[in-house]
Order: sequence, then C-alpha cells, then structure tokens
Amino acid sequence: MSDGLRESEGPESPAKPVPFRGGGFLPKPRRIVAPIVFIALIAFWEFGCRVGFISPLILPAPSEAFDAFMNLVRTGLLWDHLAASLQRLLIGWSAGTLLGIFVGTLIGLFSLARSGLQPLVSAIFPVPKIALLPLFVIWFGIGEGSKVATILFGTFFPTVIATYGGIDNVDRNLIRMGQSFGLSKLSIIRKIILPGALPAILSGARISAAIAIILLVAAEMIAAEYGVGAYILLAGSLMATDQLIAGVALLSLMGLVFAWLIGQAEKYFLKWR
Amino acid sequence: MDLNLRHISHHYDEVEVLRDINLDIRRGQIVCLIGPSGCGKSTLLRLIGGLERPTGGEVLQSGEVPEGCLNPLTYIFQDFALLPWRTVEANVSLVLEDHDLSAAAREAIIADVLARTKLADFRKAYPRQLSGGMKQRVAIARALSVRPAVLLMDEPLSALDSQTRELLMDDLVDLWEKEQYTAAYVTHNLNEAVRLGHRIVVLSRRPGEIREIVEIDMPLSDRRSDNSELEAIQKRLWNLMREEALAADRELLDV
Ligand SMILES: Nc1ncnc2c1ncn2[C@@H]1O[C@H](COP(=O)(O)OP(=O)(O)O)[C@@H](O)[C@H]1O
Ligand SMILES: [Mg+2]
Repeated sequence: MSDGLRESEGPESPAKPVPFRGGGFLPKPRRIVAPIVFIALIAFWEFGCRVGFISPLILPAPSEAFDAFMNLVRTGLLWDHLAASLQRLLIGWSAGTLLGIFVGTLIGLFSLARSGLQPLVSAIFPVPKIALLPLFVIWFGIGEGSKVATILFGTFFPTVIATYGGIDNVDRNLIRMGQSFGLSKLSIIRKIILPGALPAILSGARISAAIAIILLVAAEMIAAEYGVGAYILLAGSLMATDQLIAGVALLSLMGLVFAWLIGQAEKYFLKWR
Repeated sequence: MDLNLRHISHHYDEVEVLRDINLDIRRGQIVCLIGPSGCGKSTLLRLIGGLERPTGGEVLQSGEVPEGCLNPLTYIFQDFALLPWRTVEANVSLVLEDHDLSAAAREAIIADVLARTKLADFRKAYPRQLSGGMKQRVAIARALSVRPAVLLMDEPLSALDSQTRELLMDDLVDLWEKEQYTAAYVTHNLNEAVRLGHRIVVLSRRPGEIREIVEIDMPLSDRRSDNSELEAIQKRLWNLMREEALAADRELLDV
C-alpha cells in the first residue's frame, strides 16, 4: 500500500487469474448428438440380435422390423393405414382444438362461463377418455364417429385449460391501455387478449397432439380395418413383433412430424419474441 | 378542454386512498402531481381518465374538444404498454383502427407522429428491439396520433435512465412549445415537476389530500436545470415531501 502508483504485481503473492465460477445450467441443443445416439442404439440392438444375446422372441432385430415396414410399402397397405389414421387424427384434433379454444376463451372472458364451466372441465379432464370408449361407441356408432369423438374429447380439455390459462396471464396493463384508447370490446379481445394468449395456446396444441396419437391407438382397438393403431394391435395379437415395432416406429414418426409442424407455427406466429 | 375535479374521494375496500380532492386542469397547462409513493397519484390519474369510478365526487369536462380529436383523454404509461407482437407502426395503427379513417389517412397520421418522435427509421421494429427511451417515444407517438385534448402521464420517465430522461423531457418541452397541450403529469421526481409543471400539486401521504399547489410562471423554455428560482422551489417541495415521508414512516411503526 505504500507505493500508490504501482497497481500490478503486489509484493506479497503473485497475481493469478480470478477463478471462473459462472456458466452452465443452460443446455443447448447439439445437432449431431441425437443422430449419433440413435444410430448407436440401433446398431447395438442389431448387433445383439445377430450375435444372439438378444433373443428374437424378446425383441426382433431392427432389420426385421424394417423388412416388415418395406412389406407394408410394397403391398400399398401403408397408405391405407396412414390415410385412415391421419384422417381420424386431423378431424379429431382440429375439431377438439378449435372447440377448446372457443370454450377456453369463454371461460377466460366471462364470469358466468367461468363459474359454470371451469369446475366441469376440471372434473372431466382427468378422466381417461379410453374408459369412455364404450359409451362413445353407443353414442356415435362403431364406425368413424366413436374414433373421432375419442380424439376430439381427449384434445378438447387440455386446449380449454391452456387457453384460459393463457388469457389469465395476459398483461392487464395492456388491456387497460386498450380501454384507455377507447378500443371496442371485440378489438381488445381480437388484438390484445388472443394474441397475448397465443403462446400458451400453441404449447397446449403441442400437448394435445401427443394425446391425440395416444388416443388414436385406443380408438382403433375397436372395429377398425385400417389404421396404424389397428395394424399394431393386430400384430400384437398375432405375436408378430417385427410388425409391431414397425408400427410403433411409424407412430413415433407421426408424433415427430406433428411436433415439427407446431414448432414451425410457433416460429412463424411468435417471431416477435 | 378543461377538467374539473370536484370533491374526489376514493376507497379500496376499507382503505381510504384519496380524500376530497378539488382541482382544475386548465387548457394548455401542465399540472404535475407529486406525493409520497402509495398516496394515490396513479389512482387519481385513473379516476381523471375514466378508467375507474371515484367512490365520491366527480370529474367534469368542460369546453370544446379540439377539431379532429379521436380520444380526448389519452394516457402515457410508465411501463409503455406496447403490444410486443406488433411493430412500431402497428402499435400506433392499433389505436386508429377502430376509428372511421381511410387507409391513406391512417397512414398519413402514422408517418406524421413517427416523424415527430424521430422514429421514422424504426417503423418495422418490434418493441423488444428498442431501448427504453425509444419505447416510450413510441408510446408518445401513439398518444399523439389520436390528437388528445388532455394527456394523462403516469411517471412516464421513471423507467428510464437519467440521460434518456433528460432527452425525453426536452422533447416534451419542445412539443408543448409547439402545441400547448394540456396534461396531468404524475411523477415522484421533483426536478421533472419543476421543469414541466405550470402548477405543481403536492399530495399528502395516504389518504391523499392536496397539501399545497405551487404555481410557476416561468416559461418552460427558460427553465434550465441550474436556475436558482427553480432550485428554491424544488427545495421547498422537497421539504414538504420529506415531512410527509417521515410522518408516513412513523405511522407504519405505530400500526
Ligand atoms: N386496484 C387496487 N385495489 C386495492 N388497492 C389499491 C389498488 N390500486 C391501488 N391501491 C392502493 O391504493 C394506494 C394508492 O396507490 P397508487 O395510486 O398506486 O399510489 P401512487 O401511484 O401514489 O404510488 C396504495 O396503498 C395501493 O396499495
Ligand atoms: Mg403510481
């Protein structure tokens, strides 16, 4: 301290860098890792089957599942199954989502709807829709009606909850701003409340898309000729595990495509974030 | 247009927030409202603009609304209240879309107010891309676009750093020199009050009552920050405020 001019090189101990303690806790996607893990797993699985420490009775080799899949492609059955499933998914999911957004908006905006419908939604949401399948068959027929209805009901409730949750979280100051400029009620709903709730609605759509695929298999358990779920169930009852694996991979692929589509929608609609 | 506050009092449940406020806001004047935090300044401003109903008393408006005025009582908020999903121009457009204007007329208004607030180059920017001072300028542009009769400003500069605050204060002074707008301006910054206020209303601690009204005759453009007359006024206001703040502290201890 005696020499005020000298700032560096303290006399007692040599200078050393301050130890770094920050960073971390911020996982970032590394693009190449996922394919490597995926390929390594499949390669190990195939290797296990070829060498024999994975018995074909327990798990068929990936190559066999792939053969089963190619067989589907060759016979053209793949398109029949996909078309039937996608139609059910699309109708059920979009009707469920649209109705869900509508009812969720009512609950989010109006006291009467909130008091009347919110407890009802909370009561029915946790009921597994699969348990109601027999009822749906009685109400909507054994054909497409009951299958679409299962998916519709399954996606409706999470969408309602996501929508009114999103509306509840819209910044009240923005709504007050709208009122202070004399905007009409409709303008406030259309231009302030719904766009403000959109992030929550889209993440609700992500969840309901996954639920829709889960329910698809359940719905196709009953009297479905075509459909990925029907194909899997048939394979299961015949112990054709190679076909079963092929069907499950197909379902997982559909899930990935849906998630990707919703991701694109988020990128487009939420580019302001 | 003039505003007259007559015997305004207000309660939130059991809590008395404002008591018997009588005040005139005359055309072309900036009235600054100062007082300790929690004394009901923001509440009073919401009552003036019709966003809330007072428990007692009334707010009257008198005189003609200026030609072409779309929203006589217009707010500028402390937190800017911009829609994050709209660009600068779309945020201004929002408050014009409900009015019966042709697209060309709307576009002309937007271009005019953005030029006046020096934002013409940032029309397509989203709020997250702007600094705090620019966001508040967008909010000012939006307020100007509806040709208000009275501007109601609730601590409009409090969220900004001191340099930005100086610049925007100059902007507000320039704007007043040009258009002599009427304003109620809430602040807790005494320097802002003496720079902008034609009249400064000092509110007491809760329940807010008018303690004193200080008139400053000096033209806004002559008010430099090193002016001794202004400094004397600021000191007097400071003493008034300090008494209130000390008294409020003691009351909290008593409870
Ligand atoms: N909506 C409200 N409901 C209940 N109490 C409120 C509400 N708004 C404000 N208050 C209370 O009224 C008092 C005055 O608040 P406010 O007007 O925001 O004060 P200021 O702007 O002067 O700091 C505070 O004690 C606050 O807690
Ligand atoms: Mg306040």
